[in-house]
Amino acid sequence: MFVGVSHYLILSSLLFSLGTLGVFLNRRHVINILMSIELILLAVNVNFVAFSAELKDLSGQVFSLFILTVAAAEAAIGLAILVVYFRNRQTIDIDDATQMKG
Amino acid sequence: MFLKNPLYCVLCLIAAFFNVAGLFLLAGAEFLSMILVIVYVGAVIVLFLFVVMMLDVQKESLNHQFPSPYIKATGTLAFIFAIELLFTAYHWWHSPKASELAAFSSSSSVSNTHALGELIYTHYFYIFQVSGIILFVSMIGAIVLTHQQSKSGTKRQSISRQLKRNKENSLKLVKIGFHKGLEK
Repeated sequence: MFVGVSHYLILSSLLFSLGTLGVFLNRRHVINILMSIELILLAVNVNFVAFSAELKDLSGQVFSLFILTVAAAEAAIGLAILVVYFRNRQTIDIDDATQMKG
Repeated sequence: MFLKNPLYCVLCLIAAFFNVAGLFLLAGAEFLSMILVIVYVGAVIVLFLFVVMMLDVQKESLNHQFPSPYIKATGTLAFIFAIELLFTAYHWWHSPKASELAAFSSSSSVSNTHALGELIYTHYFYIFQVSGIILFVSMIGAIVLTHQQSKSGTKRQSISRQLKRNKENSLKLVKIGFHKGLEK
């Protein structure tokens, strides 16, 4: 079976929808939201690489590399904030984070 | 994403990353595939695993009803979204002239990593530097956020006091007489 760019697009749209569903439907932990964001960025990367391979253009891969960099930084910062939050509140439930008091 | 234990979510995320790395390899982006495996599975996922294990989240993960109150709205939203995206993806076509418009066409004479490196260090050099700065700032920020001062009871090294100490203010020579001992 020939794997074209549309197969990659289907996969990435599925990944993206799963990520958004994870962000919106999640009622438990902030860490699940972080993982969903990782999934969304992964879908974007799949799109970039698929078009880069299809059009024989390298700049897509370069941009994918930068997206990976920013995603790694974002994950590190998010997890650090999560650790500090847990240390202050002893929980990371989303429902408890509705009010920001000092 | 919907499993009870967040640990299994992280493991599934690892599986997804490996899958996508294989797909990148098939698409001809070997360097990105290796970066994905090494950086993501090696560093970011380990960070996730560490945080999940450290925060011990599985105790309190059961006190929410699973079909959340928003499931209808978000379900329809995501369904419509997925259908639209799939429709777009399935009916995708691009003009045959599109590959001639490529900014930096990949040649088969050099390897993928070689070509990517040449492109990064010439044309995208400033963006590359900016991404380095972003990583640096995030590293500093993570350290500053999670670093906590130790409790006041513990003894710590005070470098200024150490440096100020010298022979005059720390040593005293005392002559001790026979059978007298040291007087206080």
